[in-house]
Amino acid sequence: MGNYYIPAKYLLSHIVDADIIIPPFITAKTIELGSKYSPDFVCTPFKYTLGTMIESLEQGASILIQFGGGCRYGYYSELQEQILKELGYKFELLNLVSGKANIKRIYKMIKRIDKKFNIFKGLYHLYIAKNMVKYMDRVDDYIRKNVGFEVNKNSFDNLNKEMLDKFSKVNNPISLYILYKKYFHKFKKLKINKPKNCLKVGVIGELYTLMEPFSNYYLEKELASYNIEIKRFTNVNYLLFKNKKTIKKALRKSKKYMKYKMCADASSNIYWTKYLCNKKYDGIIHIKSSFCTPEIGSMPIIDKIANNYNVPIIYFSFDANTSEVGIKTRLEAFYDMIEMRRQ
Amino acid sequence: MNCYLGIDIGSISTKGVIIDDNNKIITSSYIWTEGNPVNSVKKLINILKNNLDKKYVVKGIGTTGSARKLIGLLLDANVVKNEIMAHAIGTLSIYPDVKTILEIGGQDSKIILLNNGIITDYAMNTLCAAGTGSFLSSQAKRLNINIEDFGPLALKSNNPVKIAARCTVFAESDLIHKAQVGYKKEDIVAGLCKSIVLNYLNNVGKGKKIKSPVIFQGGVSKNLGVLKYFKEILNTDVIVDSNSHLMGALGIAILSKKNSSNKIYDLNIQDVSFDTKAVDCGGCSNNCEILRIYKNNKLIDIWGNRCDKYIKN
Repeated sequence: MGNYYIPAKYLLSHIVDADIIIPPFITAKTIELGSKYSPDFVCTPFKYTLGTMIESLEQGASILIQFGGGCRYGYYSELQEQILKELGYKFELLNLVSGKANIKRIYKMIKRIDKKFNIFKGLYHLYIAKNMVKYMDRVDDYIRKNVGFEVNKNSFDNLNKEMLDKFSKVNNPISLYILYKKYFHKFKKLKINKPKNCLKVGVIGELYTLMEPFSNYYLEKELASYNIEIKRFTNVNYLLFKNKKTIKKALRKSKKYMKYKMCADASSNIYWTKYLCNKKYDGIIHIKSSFCTPEIGSMPIIDKIANNYNVPIIYFSFDANTSEVGIKTRLEAFYDMIEMRRQ
Repeated sequence: MNCYLGIDIGSISTKGVIIDDNNKIITSSYIWTEGNPVNSVKKLINILKNNLDKKYVVKGIGTTGSARKLIGLLLDANVVKNEIMAHAIGTLSIYPDVKTILEIGGQDSKIILLNNGIITDYAMNTLCAAGTGSFLSSQAKRLNINIEDFGPLALKSNNPVKIAARCTVFAESDLIHKAQVGYKKEDIVAGLCKSIVLNYLNNVGKGKKIKSPVIFQGGVSKNLGVLKYFKEILNTDVIVDSNSHLMGALGIAILSKKNSSNKIYDLNIQDVSFDTKAVDCGGCSNNCEILRIYKNNKLIDIWGNRCDKYIKN
């Protein structure tokens, strides 16, 4: 998912003695493979992850690790395991999704891969990986705000790649922190041509589709090409460490619109909609994969908030074979509309 | 004198208008696309050119509709824009105080909400072609009725049959069932018109506040039956302009006028050869479909690549 394979690989390669295979980047073949063996009406992340699993197994992986949860995703790994076993692949699945994700259980699982596993070493590297995610997300946030205004094409992209490459080679938290500071400074020095009152758009929705650029047809890149500042809240740092806090805050701050906690990120998205409206963003884009139940539940409420604040909102629902042209037409019209409203 | 050409190339029909400096339509034409946008545009321009007085010079060309990019290249257009903007601008030039535009075309349908001449919200149909012109025309064929007679026939009915509006497949099986139990043709046709309206309001117009003045346009707006049920269900007057099918082309012509420079365009494109050659890249597992566009056997653009392997040079 995006660039998050870097901290994940870092963590695993430092705590267990095993070959870590990075699955190939998601391509049209991944989703083709995934769709072929998935139920048709399952949500799209299922298809992507299944495709990735097949591609990894083809490359010789013997152990797969599945992590995540919150919605139907909790049921995925069991079903995916069964589908893959029926296809004749031989592997072991470390399922961190279903059942309790307590330390004892994870410890036992890792012990199965590597008998020499040391828990203190594990926690130490977990701490580094956690910080890495945090720093990456902060840098990403800065990139999203400014990449649309870069003077030299691909300057942000290239610097980000360079930084991630350096990140993957660190071995203690202090050198990671120094690297992060150094590169953040470099990012700030990159030439941008940003007008003071540029158009600002917030992107909210279902987590997988938001974070894997291939699955949203590089929506953020497309937006940046229109010189728009982008705000996105969902990232791994939020999902792993700030999720519960945000949902509590969401329930408190948007009492008027919801009474109870909703599934997955639905409550957070409602709160963020209100936040974006209050901050006078020019538009909101809500994206999700087809058949994503939590977001379907949140959409009428989000619609109501956007209506109350008179902020334009557009919804995209992505499936395995969405027409790219259709998305571009709607995005172009959305851009024209928010620009027209400005004038 | 200056004039500006706007072309709207849709899935079913190709529309063209030529306007003067005061946004007045000098000449217009409406022909079928027949699955070949390049040929239909050549035909269209030929018709327009023959109707155009010699004193006019073309100072701008704009294209919109689903083949806008290709035709934009062919004609070297100065504006290539999406249909939503084009329709809004075109309608605003005739009805400056319009609040809602309902548009049903051949393959898509959209709703545009405006306030003080500014687009405030819009939506397009997402999932399928249910409730669009192509559904109506295929059903007309099934019932062996000319599409032109569809509207007047629907008006005769006092008892429209109920047809499932959600999806064309269900609507069709419903329709066959109603026909087989002996409903009158006009009742079935009226039911179809009503189902288009219901489908539109449930899918495209969902959650949108429809305020009058309401303008209905696109090819389907010429269907009197659909218009009748829009009026009935929305409980407000719905205006259909005599040029309602040309609004997109008019809008894009106006946009092209706004962006025009001193360049003069030549409308002699009958002998220009224009080809698209497709090839599967095969460079990686993305397997992009690379489209090469040739004008007079000269490569002018490449589309469809996800990486930088194919760049026009």
